[in-house]
Amino acid sequence: MKEYKTVIQVAGPLVFVEGVSNVGYNELVEIILPSGEKRRGQVLEVSKNIAVVQLFGASAGLDIANTSVKFLGETMKLTVSTEMLGRVFNGLGEPRDNGPKILSGKKADILGSAINPYARDEPKAFIQTGISAIDGMNTLVRGQKLPIFSGAGLPHNQLAAQIARQAKVRGTGEEFSVVFAAVGITFEEASFFIRDFERTGALEKAVLFLNLADDPSVERIITPRLALTTAEYLAYEKDMHVLVIITDMTNYCEALREIASAREEVPGRRGYPGYMYTDLSTIYERAGRIKGKEGTVTQFSILTMPGDDITHPIADLTGYITEGQVVLSRDLHRKNIYPPIDVLPSLSRLMNLGIGKEQTREDHRNTADQLYAGYATGRDLRALSAVVGEEALTELDRKYLKFAEQFEKRFIAQDNYEDRTIDETLELGWELLSALPEGELKRIKKEFIEKYGRKHYEKQKQKQAETDSAKK
Amino acid sequence: MGKLYKISGPVVVANEMLDAKMYDVVKVGEEELIGEIIKLEGDKATIQVYEETSGLKPGEPVSTTNEALSVELAPGLLRGIYDGIQRPLDIILKKSNDAFIKRGTVVDPLDRSKKWEFKACVRKGAKVKKGDIIGTVQETDVIEHRILAPIDGTVEEIHSGKFTIVDEIGTISDGRKKHSVCMLQKWQVRKARPYIEKLDPVIPLITGQRIVDTFFPISKGGTCCIPGPFGSGKTVTQHQFAKWSDTEIVVYIGCGERGNEMTEVLTEFPKLVDPKSGKPLMERTILIANTSNMPVAAREASIYTGITLAEYFRDQGYGVALMADSTSRWAEAMREIGGRLEEMPGEEGYPAYLARRLAEFYERSGRVKCLGSSERFGSITVIGAVSPPGGDISEPVSQNTLRVTKVFLALDAALAKKRHFPSINWLNSYSLYTRSLDSWFGANVAKDFTSLRNEAMAMLQRESELQEVVQLVGPDALPEKEQVVLMASKMLREDFLQQSAYSDVDSYTSLKKQYLMLKNIMKFYHSAVYSVDKGQQVKNLQALPIIERIARMKEIPEAKLGDLDKLGADIAAIGEGSAATN
Repeated sequence: MKEYKTVIQVAGPLVFVEGVSNVGYNELVEIILPSGEKRRGQVLEVSKNIAVVQLFGASAGLDIANTSVKFLGETMKLTVSTEMLGRVFNGLGEPRDNGPKILSGKKADILGSAINPYARDEPKAFIQTGISAIDGMNTLVRGQKLPIFSGAGLPHNQLAAQIARQAKVRGTGEEFSVVFAAVGITFEEASFFIRDFERTGALEKAVLFLNLADDPSVERIITPRLALTTAEYLAYEKDMHVLVIITDMTNYCEALREIASAREEVPGRRGYPGYMYTDLSTIYERAGRIKGKEGTVTQFSILTMPGDDITHPIADLTGYITEGQVVLSRDLHRKNIYPPIDVLPSLSRLMNLGIGKEQTREDHRNTADQLYAGYATGRDLRALSAVVGEEALTELDRKYLKFAEQFEKRFIAQDNYEDRTIDETLELGWELLSALPEGELKRIKKEFIEKYGRKHYEKQKQKQAETDSAKK
Repeated sequence: MGKLYKISGPVVVANEMLDAKMYDVVKVGEEELIGEIIKLEGDKATIQVYEETSGLKPGEPVSTTNEALSVELAPGLLRGIYDGIQRPLDIILKKSNDAFIKRGTVVDPLDRSKKWEFKACVRKGAKVKKGDIIGTVQETDVIEHRILAPIDGTVEEIHSGKFTIVDEIGTISDGRKKHSVCMLQKWQVRKARPYIEKLDPVIPLITGQRIVDTFFPISKGGTCCIPGPFGSGKTVTQHQFAKWSDTEIVVYIGCGERGNEMTEVLTEFPKLVDPKSGKPLMERTILIANTSNMPVAAREASIYTGITLAEYFRDQGYGVALMADSTSRWAEAMREIGGRLEEMPGEEGYPAYLARRLAEFYERSGRVKCLGSSERFGSITVIGAVSPPGGDISEPVSQNTLRVTKVFLALDAALAKKRHFPSINWLNSYSLYTRSLDSWFGANVAKDFTSLRNEAMAMLQRESELQEVVQLVGPDALPEKEQVVLMASKMLREDFLQQSAYSDVDSYTSLKKQYLMLKNIMKFYHSAVYSVDKGQQVKNLQALPIIERIARMKEIPEAKLGDLDKLGADIAAIGEGSAATN
């Protein structure tokens, strides 16, 4: 192991070391400050005699004359073992809970490798989150990666905690182990999650990595990768079903931009580096199922869209990699609807793998499509009626308007602790649909209308008759 | 032999490289990672490395192979799944027994031990020209692989029988020298394969997708681009084309996209049955999978690898459909590498040669007369997905693509939100092939096909104008006749343009059925106008039970198209019926 005292420049999180030899790209580095304090970093670029080192941590306290740099001869590794369950670590993987260091276990490269597409198995098991807007409309499956697109001040943390609390595979009752990565969130937010995990007992089978808002921002590049390395180990070697929650990916991207600008790279859109898509994919793609392995990695990442702008590069590039998105809406939040999930821009690309006769119910696809179409029509009409007034609408239009309102109030809205089964969700959907004329249900097969819708139409008729007679 | 000098991500610099040429494939470092030279300066060569570069150190050896990046062409390509530089992912998995791709794995793209039944179709002494078929191999149940003469000359020897791809199957003399011929041939990916001449686009590519075949047809050998924001259904549309296009061969390039999407193709295609041959679609498919987290330089190469394989089958006289999903990721790979080279960037950081590269790629499509003495035609239809940031197509990749492609299928996030799929916007999309394909449709589908389409299109256009009025005054304020237009165009949109990729019956619609469906809707429009003229009210028309029958036309199976004719007769009766009551 070689130690150098030849630092020639420190710029932001970057340290330039001269006269090095036999240093590898991406190699792990230990930096010893004049005070004796140790910090870690990673080789970002190496040429014949200069190495550019990216510090994981602040550069305060470094100097040119006395700082020494040790190249450790290997890329960054994390010791993973099942003993990590129930533990809390910092953003670099060191214990934060006063517990012992994890010493025995497998040393895994935190950068990971791409899963061979041929080795992947199709995700399929339906995850019941107990939330109608997700289960009914944007069904999740085990092995999927689905982000929550949120905005500052929206209840994404409550929603993520509720999902972590309630998620299970129907029929088996199998629950998930949670790997939680806090990336630059506040202490308050982090302790909300910890308290919630503690209360439900989820903490015992959870692994937490916390990089908080006042921790060094460059550490944020590492934190999600530690979480995913742990998750891959638990899933593919210990046969566990792992739910990874990463919050907040926006902070991760900011850190990425900080390093890129310190390196004076040519910036892409809004100053984010041109390789951000590739970089994000090395995080998001670390989810899925592998042929012949029991365990799965399901990824839930939260990002707050700056200015609620879904076309912002962070949200945009994420949406191009992940298998759909759950979008939270400020309008619904203002109407006091929890969870404020706007189902129209939300999407689960793997929905079809998790629904149908075998997994949920045969009419699920049709019913979900019809609910979408109805709600979309209702929302359009809402805009129209704002201009021309409700009176100018046809009777059918008014029915759609009412449908959209009921859909928001009864289907989307539910309590933070309400855990609906998929049957309850679908029945509720049918109940709402029965307020529309039968002829409007064009997306539903006739046989399903008979089988699942008839009783709701009968009830509707009965109710109508009762109100009619009451009027008389 | 050179030495590594500098490493920064996927781009490395080596010195003492005076023996190397531009675009040579080189072996980098102790592990012999594969790379390609993209810049020479003095004795320094800049190399893009097709594998992860972590741990590489300055001073490690670099050697050139003196060969440009090439693909191997021989039986065994079909049903294959390759990464961006034609490494077979299935074999890598078998060999490494690791689900994760570790670097430095060396495998042949094609199996060299498998024996194929080769049937010679020229005799000893025959004169052959480069590109002539000298023999065939039944590669899969549906595709006969044709082995082409590599040079002009006289066949000195040729044998039928069981051979591996590297065994000698014969010799050809060019007058001076005898050349040994085996089935395996190589071709540089960055160089287009030659042909005799390009032909006009006069035959449509039938995709079974109603909005495409009827309204925005793609010609065989044509180019089509599909830009759209995420979630608008680009990939599903691409998959639909791959499944149902009436070409013999499909090359599907997953370029920088999701791993699970490739898995979907891999699990679904073997189960799907080609409507014509009755065999699994996989029998005619080649997949190139370079997912987003696989090395970025191999992503750049994947497009070239794919189109070269397509050209090889085209030269055998086949129709090939090539799907590239997504060309934006390809452009981004160029940008990333350009950025590492510290090139002066063009628009939005993309390299200045972006437009040229895009045009070169799309220009490798076309219907051609193949090389060789016998008359043989092949085609490559290129369908490229574009992923514009934020769905805004004013960005450079979309704009440069639009300049070179002839069909534009505009995917629309607003339609996708309404779950109108395929979410192709009928007002913004266009096809520049409609005119040259009209006579084909007239001769092969129906004489009035073109006029029917034009009439329907005009009605959709009229609807969008009327909708603006409706937004101000509400639908009831419109005259009855205009309400009929709204009603009929709603039918067009919902009962014709919308098509479910997930429904067994609806996923594919034959041209005949497309024609009958469209005809019935237009017939309804005319009957409704007639009834309104006779004093019927739109309200009453809307209550007719026949409307639901029209909505369910999609569900009528191909075998029962007679039902559509019957429905047509019933529709015609509406007009007469109202004439009778009045």
